[in-house]
Amino acid sequence: MPLKKPKVAVFKFASCDGCQLSLLDAEDELLLVAGAVDIANFPEASRRVVSGPYDIGLVEGSITTPHDVERVREIRKQCRVLIAIGACATAGGIQALRNWKDVKEFTRTVYASPEYISTLDRSMPVGSYVHVDFELRGCPINKAQLLEVLNAYLNKRKPTIPTNSVCMECKLRGSVCVMVAQAIPCLGPATQAGCGAICPTFDRGCYGCFGPMENPNTSALAAQFEGLGLSRHDIMLSFRKFNAYADAFRKESDAHE
Amino acid sequence: MVIIESTELNHLLEGLISRGYLLVGPTVRSGAIVYDEIRSAEDLPRGVGDEQLPARYSLRRRDDAMFFGYGVGPVSWKKFLYPPRLTMFRATKAGKGFTITPGETEPRPRTAFVGVRPCELNGIIMQDKVFLGGPYVDGAYKKARDNAFIVAVNCTESGANCFCASMGTGPGVTKGFDIALTEVLQGKRHYFTAEAGTSLGKEVLGALSTREATDPEAKAGLDAVARAGTSQVKRMDVRDLPQLLNDNFENPRWDDVAKRCLACTNCTMVCPTCFCSTVEDSTDLTGTHAERTRKWDSCFTMDFTKVAGGNIRPSTRARYRQWLTHKLSNWMNQFGTLGCVGCGRCITWCPSGIDLTAEVDAIRGNGVHA
Repeated sequence: MPLKKPKVAVFKFASCDGCQLSLLDAEDELLLVAGAVDIANFPEASRRVVSGPYDIGLVEGSITTPHDVERVREIRKQCRVLIAIGACATAGGIQALRNWKDVKEFTRTVYASPEYISTLDRSMPVGSYVHVDFELRGCPINKAQLLEVLNAYLNKRKPTIPTNSVCMECKLRGSVCVMVAQAIPCLGPATQAGCGAICPTFDRGCYGCFGPMENPNTSALAAQFEGLGLSRHDIMLSFRKFNAYADAFRKESDAHE
Repeated sequence: MVIIESTELNHLLEGLISRGYLLVGPTVRSGAIVYDEIRSAEDLPRGVGDEQLPARYSLRRRDDAMFFGYGVGPVSWKKFLYPPRLTMFRATKAGKGFTITPGETEPRPRTAFVGVRPCELNGIIMQDKVFLGGPYVDGAYKKARDNAFIVAVNCTESGANCFCASMGTGPGVTKGFDIALTEVLQGKRHYFTAEAGTSLGKEVLGALSTREATDPEAKAGLDAVARAGTSQVKRMDVRDLPQLLNDNFENPRWDDVAKRCLACTNCTMVCPTCFCSTVEDSTDLTGTHAERTRKWDSCFTMDFTKVAGGNIRPSTRARYRQWLTHKLSNWMNQFGTLGCVGCGRCITWCPSGIDLTAEVDAIRGNGVHA
């Protein structure tokens, strides 16, 4: 371990806070984390704010306003290692559903004085504006994976974050395939592992919270969904969820528009 | 060959428990028949059958009381001999170096596998070659294997995805079992014919109240197994198979199957002979403790073929071709047999319903022939 504790900062953009809560939710490990790093900037956890630069910056949320763009660029300058956490920061999040619509129309409908609203056309991942050193997927992220990433950076090794499908997690834990045995449409074959296959283990199809796996064949999966009786519209919706704007899912949902 | 009445089956299981064995056998969970710990014949899927098609599996209520009237499910016995995750060792920093402690400190229980199908027993024999056959023996596998007692159950029915008959791996067992059973149900007459394959098996059988099978009783069992073979619909055309695949590396069928293949790894996970693993290291936050874990891996993952400078099989086409060609061609060079036992799991549990026998037929149909 270095003599001086590495400074860690947590930043938030358009998001629900669920991912940074995963850090607070680390329970037993939280004290170890606090012991191993200097939590220098984490408004959700402490009022104490130490100014940058930081060794590791965790960024949650998507970039949705011109102000966000300026801010994320400044944060990038302040952080030696920048890690995007969660579906918002890595794919634009659920709010990226607006990317298919006219945002001006929304602001006109929702706000009495829309001229005060300064927003971008699209909700985009952090990586589309600044260089990101590591993208940790999930909606929300898995706290064990977050600890693994922090741990790997602290110990100067590669994080062990598999990019294969959720199917592998089902099989490793002995869960029976819901698509084959129960004819439930499941995004697992096209989705990156990381959650521990929670939904299929409880007889639900995967919702794709961790985004597309390393080499997804979404069109083959869509063909199976069709065989299970899903309409074109339902297939479109099944790919257009928390990671709607992740490339592979976006293209597949567009194909069923 | 002796007779165990169906009502006496539990005595066999009790006998194994009293000898200190943990019982693992078929049981119904999450809409499938899986292998898990069982406590008595009550836990067996009595009267439950299944229907299997490519990418489809469903249970059905049988109209009889067969204990073993089903086909193989998603779990194979490799789960117990070659566990999905295994801690290999732990390391703790000590001064300038570190100390190593073994990963597995608890002794493995002696385990009786109840209901091993002939194809599966052949799968175990194939993995024996992989893990025990060469100069480097896998210690964890050996321990689990030495501690295993095998109660094989011959098949008297074939499912739609079974093709053991064409692979020469079923529907009857020939070797590798401690006890082999054949379940016979004719009207109200319900019994097992049993034979021992080892002296331990003989001892276990000898402790039960059995009697010698009469000729008609034995014949009824043999006939039922023979019928399972002759009624099998699916078959693998194994003629010159290793050469066929070797000659067809650029067959257009690989592009076709790559369009359907999800690269999800399901086929390799459910396969009773697939044996690939990866090794993961983990550290704690302070960097004073580390652990090395062996985990099932698959030739369908990108990490599997990542080497310095790039990935040697970046496309799904190359991955599927590698998998099938290993199973049905290169396995022969490596281990002296084909690497497929015809259990049909990869067909049933492929979410895309890819059927390797159909892929082989297609390659044979439009392929290069030596």
